[in-house]
Amino acid sequence: MIELKSAAQIEHMRAAGQILAEAFRMCRDLVKPGVSTLEIDREVEALIRGRKAKPAFKGYRGYPATICASINEEVVHGIPASKRRLREGDIIGLDLGAIVEGYYADAAVTLPVGEVSDEDRRLLDVTRGSLDHAIAQCRPGNRIGDVGAAVQRHVEGAGFGVVRAFVGHGIGRALHEDPQVPNFGEPGRGPLLRPGMVLALEPMVTMGHWEVRVLADRWTAVTADGSLAAHFEHTVAVSEGGPDVLTADAREAA
Amino acid sequence: MARRRRGQFPEEREGKKPKDDAIEVEGKVVEPLPNAMFRVELDNGHRVLTHVSGKMRMHFIRILPGDRVKVELSAYDLTRGRITYRFK
Repeated sequence: MIELKSAAQIEHMRAAGQILAEAFRMCRDLVKPGVSTLEIDREVEALIRGRKAKPAFKGYRGYPATICASINEEVVHGIPASKRRLREGDIIGLDLGAIVEGYYADAAVTLPVGEVSDEDRRLLDVTRGSLDHAIAQCRPGNRIGDVGAAVQRHVEGAGFGVVRAFVGHGIGRALHEDPQVPNFGEPGRGPLLRPGMVLALEPMVTMGHWEVRVLADRWTAVTADGSLAAHFEHTVAVSEGGPDVLTADAREAA
Repeated sequence: MARRRRGQFPEEREGKKPKDDAIEVEGKVVEPLPNAMFRVELDNGHRVLTHVSGKMRMHFIRILPGDRVKVELSAYDLTRGRITYRFK
């Protein structure tokens, strides 16, 4: 069942989203060659808890950490580790979640470590762009299929692959709520978008084929062909006036 | 954190679970019977009436007299069982 949120509920989610935006500002400074993904995890957890919020992922289905840190061919859900150190030329996906007053926000970015190749840069730009296309579809009267189709068209038009095995999701009082929000689909199909729906939109894009597999740790998803993957995510409320991006950095937008 | 798409991951699927009240034994097929049933002589000497499991039928695994097989016995009727594996 898709639960519609009141304005007050959405404000709690926005508060959680703004903590994530602040965490991403910090991450941009943190991400450099030599730093371990566990160090980033520690810093983000300290920031989230310092804002009187809770990490959303820790303990979710047994997930052991605050962030997901997915390097290069890792698509999503990489578990932070002291041994995983960033190297010049890597790309790292950082996926963060926070809980405020029982309400969740979920967001992700993929950042370059130092200088990356032009093609890697294009992967990041296309994925980021596909998220913008998805957000633009989040207005009452559209359907979930419109969102997925917008992402798919943008990504496949650029010659990249759209991951099928993982999808975006409704979000609110739980991390994963209905509906599922695939990054592929047909326009005009799927559940109708209505004011008060809040969705976590998260295109996952590969440079090669879209097939992924999950490693023996039961979390880390990697591309089956070893190609690089990027992941961007925002938590977006559907409102009368159009999309309301709860995890957007209010400072950057200004 | 991305959600797993429904049905994409085997451990999430609601499937048939192994019957946990069955007794697993091995034996040798002695006689084919009508209706795809077999008489199997177990290693402990008992002779039981068995049928071939649905999964084995689906994969057209044929059973002939003399084959060694794994049999699940019902805990309720020890004279009947289900062939779940044919040894090569």
